[in-house]
Amino acid sequence: MSGWRFERPPNLPLPQPTEEAQPFFDALKERRLVVQCCSNCGALQHPPRAMCGSCQAMTFHWEEMSGKGCVYSYVVTHQAVHPALAGHTPLATVEVELAEGPHITSNLVDVLPEAVKIGMAVEVVFERVVAGVVLALFRHSGAADSAISN
Amino acid sequence: MSFSNAVAIVGVGETDYSRASGRTELALSLQAIRAALDDAGIEPRDVDGLMKWWVDTSTEAEVAANLGIPDLAWWGEVNQAGNVGAPLVAHAAAAIHAGLANVVVIYRGVNGRSGRRYGRGDVTGQGGRGAGAFTEPHGLLTPQHGLAMVARRRMHDTGIASRHFGMQAVAQRRHANRNPRATFYGRTLSLEEHQASRLIVDPFHLFDCCLETDGGGALVLASADRARELGKPLVLIRAAAQSGPGVGSPAVRGAKRLFDMAGIGRGDVDVIQIYDHFGPFVLFALEDYGFVDDAAPLVEEGGTDFDSGRLPVNTSGGHLSEAYLQGINHLIEATRQVRGESTAQVRDVRFSFCDTGIGTGSVILERGES
Repeated sequence: MSGWRFERPPNLPLPQPTEEAQPFFDALKERRLVVQCCSNCGALQHPPRAMCGSCQAMTFHWEEMSGKGCVYSYVVTHQAVHPALAGHTPLATVEVELAEGPHITSNLVDVLPEAVKIGMAVEVVFERVVAGVVLALFRHSGAADSAISN
Repeated sequence: MSFSNAVAIVGVGETDYSRASGRTELALSLQAIRAALDDAGIEPRDVDGLMKWWVDTSTEAEVAANLGIPDLAWWGEVNQAGNVGAPLVAHAAAAIHAGLANVVVIYRGVNGRSGRRYGRGDVTGQGGRGAGAFTEPHGLLTPQHGLAMVARRRMHDTGIASRHFGMQAVAQRRHANRNPRATFYGRTLSLEEHQASRLIVDPFHLFDCCLETDGGGALVLASADRARELGKPLVLIRAAAQSGPGVGSPAVRGAKRLFDMAGIGRGDVDVIQIYDHFGPFVLFALEDYGFVDDAAPLVEEGGTDFDSGRLPVNTSGGHLSEAYLQGINHLIEATRQVRGESTAQVRDVRFSFCDTGIGTGSVILERGES
């Protein structure tokens, strides 16, 4: 697998964030992975919402994440069920559990689709996909693969 | 006071199932409704309530006009996804019990193959908008993507493997092979064929995915008193429950409400229908509803076959092998099992269970004394 690198299918939809979600994507442009944090009780929630699901407060700030986590689950698309996938399968999509708790959807840049495993330790990398759009992707980190998923 | 056993399913009907109906979705619904009313022995003029899937393209006004309903007293729909069949039964039963309507028709008509195809990301996707901003740029584009993610994790956490999905798919195909209405009537399936079938979205193989179907289905509900006058086998709604967002599995929470209302135990259920947009979710639901602790040994022993004497599941073939009509075909089959009219009839059915979508709605039907 050495030398293999994930190539994002270029015609996949780009994020069209709501007003509430915009700061998440703005931070990515600054190479920061942030999650909505309730200013009242400190609960993290992702994707962001208008109200804190824990304490119902409506004031938030954005907490920067360590970028470390592990693969909680994954799927591998083999059939091009969307025109953007034609010629770009197999494509692995992962659900990463961040060290701080929230789960986010992403792709692994350095792991072949058939080699993805639940529990793999990963860390964030930032990838500019088109002008003005940066996505948070992940690479298999040097850390020991997590036991949290076992 | 609940509506338990105060309301009955008095008629069921469906169209032919095909890949290209050549009819409008409205025409499919109307044809199914006529069949269900004929089955009930009720005239369209006696219908005063209509309920439909929120995704159905018809309006109550055009359905009422086509049926010549003289006085539509009550109508509605339930939203979320395709999983609203049992919730519609709950709403209709509550309305009848409350005196808001006397005869309610629940229907679904869809050109799911020749028209809007739910398995296509360019049809069901959000173009990166809304919650899709966080998922679609990474390749999660269809309902099956999110569900495959859930299934992969569940496989990791439990002993359920792809071969178990295959065993359930094979059981359902055997049921479909007895059902002349089924899309896969006459086409057998082996476990080897399931395992060798192409991956669509891993862990889902082709035969873990539902069909895409053009067709329609309908149910007619009325009070138990009215049902007794009709002279058909009596199919009472013993219990119905919805289960929405919350903490933990909707099926676990919904099952408590359902069985509390029914006042029976899991072991009293004779036959089971479970919404199978993706076959693996049948096994997960069997566990979450509390029918078994571990579904793997059950399917290894053939325990979901209609003649197993254990837990017969999806006896019409279900979405995998009969038709994908978003659960109305499951409700029709659950009713037929109580009447003794299934093509894979389970013996001496008293209690018939039906889930219409990963725990978000369920009913228990009971054979009544006519």
